[in-house]
Amino acid sequence: MSAATLLRVQHACKRFGGLVAVDDVSLAVKTGSITGLIGPNGAGKTTLFNLITGLIPPDSGTFHLHEKRYDPTSVHNVARAGICRTFQNIRLFSDMTALENVMVGRHMRTQSLHTGVMGAILRTRGFRAAERHIRERAQALLDYVGLSNLATHRSKSLSYGDQRRLEIARALATDPKLLALDEPAAGMNATEKNTLRDLLLRIRADGTTILIIEHDVKLIMGLCDAVTVLDHGQVIAQGLPQDIQRHPAVLEAYLGHGHTHV
Amino acid sequence: MDILLQQLINGLVLGSVYALIAMGYTMVYGILQLINFTHGEVLMVGAMISLLVVNALQSSLPALPPAGLILIALAASVPVCMALSALIERVAYRPLRNAPRLAPLITAIGLSITLQTLAMIFFSPNPMVFPDLLPTTPIQIGGAFLAPKQLFIFVVSLALMMALMFMVQRSPLGRSMRAVAENPQMALLMGIDPNRIVAITFMLGAALAAVAGLALAMNYNIVHFTMGFIPGLKAFTAAVLGGIGNLPGAVVGGLLLGMIESLGAGYIGDLTGGFLGSHYQDVFAFAVLILVLVIRPSGLLGERVADRP
Amino acid sequence: MTALASQPRHKALWAVLLIGCVLLVLPFAAGLLGNAWVRILAFALLYVMLALGLNIVVGYAGLLDLGYVAFYAVGAYVYALLSSPHLLEQFPLLAATFPQGFHLPIWILIPLCAACAALFGVLLGFPVLRLRGDYLAIVTLGFGEIIRIFMNNLNAPINLTNGPQGITGIAPLEVMGHPLSQPLDMGIFKLSTLELHYFLFLALTLLVLLISLRLQDSRIGRAWMAIREDETAAKAMGIPTRNVKLIAFAMGASFGGVAGAMFSAFQGFVSPESFGLMESIVLVAMVVLGGMGNVWGVVLGAVLLYAIPEALRHLARPIQLQLLGEEWIAPEALRMLLFGLSMVLIMLLRPRGILSPRTPSP
Repeated sequence: MSAATLLRVQHACKRFGGLVAVDDVSLAVKTGSITGLIGPNGAGKTTLFNLITGLIPPDSGTFHLHEKRYDPTSVHNVARAGICRTFQNIRLFSDMTALENVMVGRHMRTQSLHTGVMGAILRTRGFRAAERHIRERAQALLDYVGLSNLATHRSKSLSYGDQRRLEIARALATDPKLLALDEPAAGMNATEKNTLRDLLLRIRADGTTILIIEHDVKLIMGLCDAVTVLDHGQVIAQGLPQDIQRHPAVLEAYLGHGHTHV
Repeated sequence: MDILLQQLINGLVLGSVYALIAMGYTMVYGILQLINFTHGEVLMVGAMISLLVVNALQSSLPALPPAGLILIALAASVPVCMALSALIERVAYRPLRNAPRLAPLITAIGLSITLQTLAMIFFSPNPMVFPDLLPTTPIQIGGAFLAPKQLFIFVVSLALMMALMFMVQRSPLGRSMRAVAENPQMALLMGIDPNRIVAITFMLGAALAAVAGLALAMNYNIVHFTMGFIPGLKAFTAAVLGGIGNLPGAVVGGLLLGMIESLGAGYIGDLTGGFLGSHYQDVFAFAVLILVLVIRPSGLLGERVADRP
Repeated sequence: MTALASQPRHKALWAVLLIGCVLLVLPFAAGLLGNAWVRILAFALLYVMLALGLNIVVGYAGLLDLGYVAFYAVGAYVYALLSSPHLLEQFPLLAATFPQGFHLPIWILIPLCAACAALFGVLLGFPVLRLRGDYLAIVTLGFGEIIRIFMNNLNAPINLTNGPQGITGIAPLEVMGHPLSQPLDMGIFKLSTLELHYFLFLALTLLVLLISLRLQDSRIGRAWMAIREDETAAKAMGIPTRNVKLIAFAMGASFGGVAGAMFSAFQGFVSPESFGLMESIVLVAMVVLGGMGNVWGVVLGAVLLYAIPEALRHLARPIQLQLLGEEWIAPEALRMLLFGLSMVLIMLLRPRGILSPRTPSP
């Protein structure tokens, strides 16, 4: 099972007017791995990410999760299929508390007659049990990411680093097969990045596959089992981190553009 | 066939007024993503002032030709409307630029109510007659009649619309307006003061509204403190129909809506076998709006709105 | 929970008891000043109910509905049609089937009105689901107007709503066999019809309040708020936004329907005039001014924006006569003026509403 492919993207294409953002990209994410997606600015990483997670409809391409085709045109269907993502510019529910944000993540996994409107109004035993379960699970996830004490704080009052971790907790609440992270380390200092790295390794160890876009090449190399490099919308290299680091096309793409990250 | 022609004429005239008003809405929405609910009231104030001037002049200078009356009426109402609109923007909208999106909507509605009530108190709670300024003998076109005032309204409206579109496309001010509409931060970096441009946008729309107010007063011979509301709503519909933020769209939307309304009112009896009568006319505007938004939300010519964070 | 519950328990209990006593005694105190004041209280409660209903749509789910009055109208007309001789007069077939009139008991009639309003809520909801904020506002406004125009014109060729004249002869509410048009003699004291209506409305309002609070603190409540905060993120978490929005419309509309039924029965008469755009606008103002999504804020907003202008309307004339010797501004005009100005001022001073948007539950 661990060698099986979780996510398979084949021949994904997307153009915006005259600009080809994603040009015949194919990508496979192994179950249980942390796969990185890197490339210089404007390489098409975010667009590809948005195609995979349903935010933008692809012009062409097929998308499979566990060898089963999924429809990449509906955000909420993608979530239900088992891909849950975070956002580059952090999209938390600002006026809701940290705990409530994570509880929302449990929404689609707690469907039953009890949790509907009538259950809420009548406060049936089934409803109360379901609510208790949601709350407990959410608190557990907050503990897992290290935000236990911030449960009752409004999410917009949290520090930047905490907000990022909260977003991850919320995504984990949906019991995803694939956790898709969009630049989770952006704006973090070295200590925070280490904490993030440990968290992601723990998530992988606990059985969730991760796909991650990042600009911090060092972080990616130290974290990922496989890396795909994009430039100008095309895949220029795919494979193990140590191979990618030495790959001539990759070096040219980064250094040739005068683009280095420490 | 005669009915068709008549309704088309009526529709075009009405539509040209809607277009004038719609342009004001669309420019403000394009720049601020705000529905300027007070726009209809600015129109009403324009009409009221025109009436005041016309009444005063007709009694003191009876020999003044219609052109003179109209010019002086506009010379009074346009600046007042522009000032009013700039004041509204400064006092009610600008402080709330960073507030939750519903806040300026509520202030707009509150101001709309306040303006209407003030007009009711200071002018009159009752409808007032607006005298005919132009000769009333209709021109015959085929089997239909075109009143001189209708021709006047249509020509003036069309001229103003063309002038505004030309100005926005070709002049430096127009460029600044388009820049701020697309990307206010970038425009600021280019040395354009967005606040000034926003104020000018409001004032341009208000000037058109003042003319539209006079046009409506002339067309229906009535001025009333609620006269701005429904046309305002319909004009917003027209702006959305054409593509919000899109100036030519407002023109197309306005003319189209005027014709749909006119034709609909004329034919609805036949279409529904007598079930619905022409008093359902207002329903048309709304029905069109709903259909457009559901089927093609970006409007006929596509919307042009900046992305607001 | 609320600020109330964060204080020591017994303090909160005392506060609730105090408010309870005030609410119970209020109609009698107001009655001393005159019947008009008790009517104001009863109507204030109706507005609170409506505002709470709208709060679900606007406050919880963030859907700007400017045509909410349509649901009020549906509830009112359904009640009117089923409790007055109008339909029986128009359709001999119905008169033959129900020679004594429909005579539906209150526990069927009120849910029926709520259900009809909810149905309209869903019908309105469907086409507007994909619309963003301002467009949604205009379309819902259009719907509200369309409903009113239909109510005003559906008197030919079939006379359903009796057009601008409205429907008269609406039977009063009957609670446990006692029609509310008759005073209730309880031995120790007598309750007038106005007071009876007040207490019924109070009970219903408290019920609506309870339901609102329970919905807020539930899975569906969180889903609504997620949509309000960031719809894309909500979708990305798997929330079926279309259905959740429809539920918001339906629930909100059902409260409006109940209030409409009460209105109908209270007045004994309904006409399209009572369901204009202004009503929708006033309701939105109540919700936003009070503090969107905050149930207590909404109650405050409803009371402030209804009771105070109404009080003013009654007092404007005597006050002006006292101070100025004559009436400078007509009471209705003064009310509208102050209403408009207060909307502007409150929004400028406190854009998020008087009470902050709901304090989250721990």
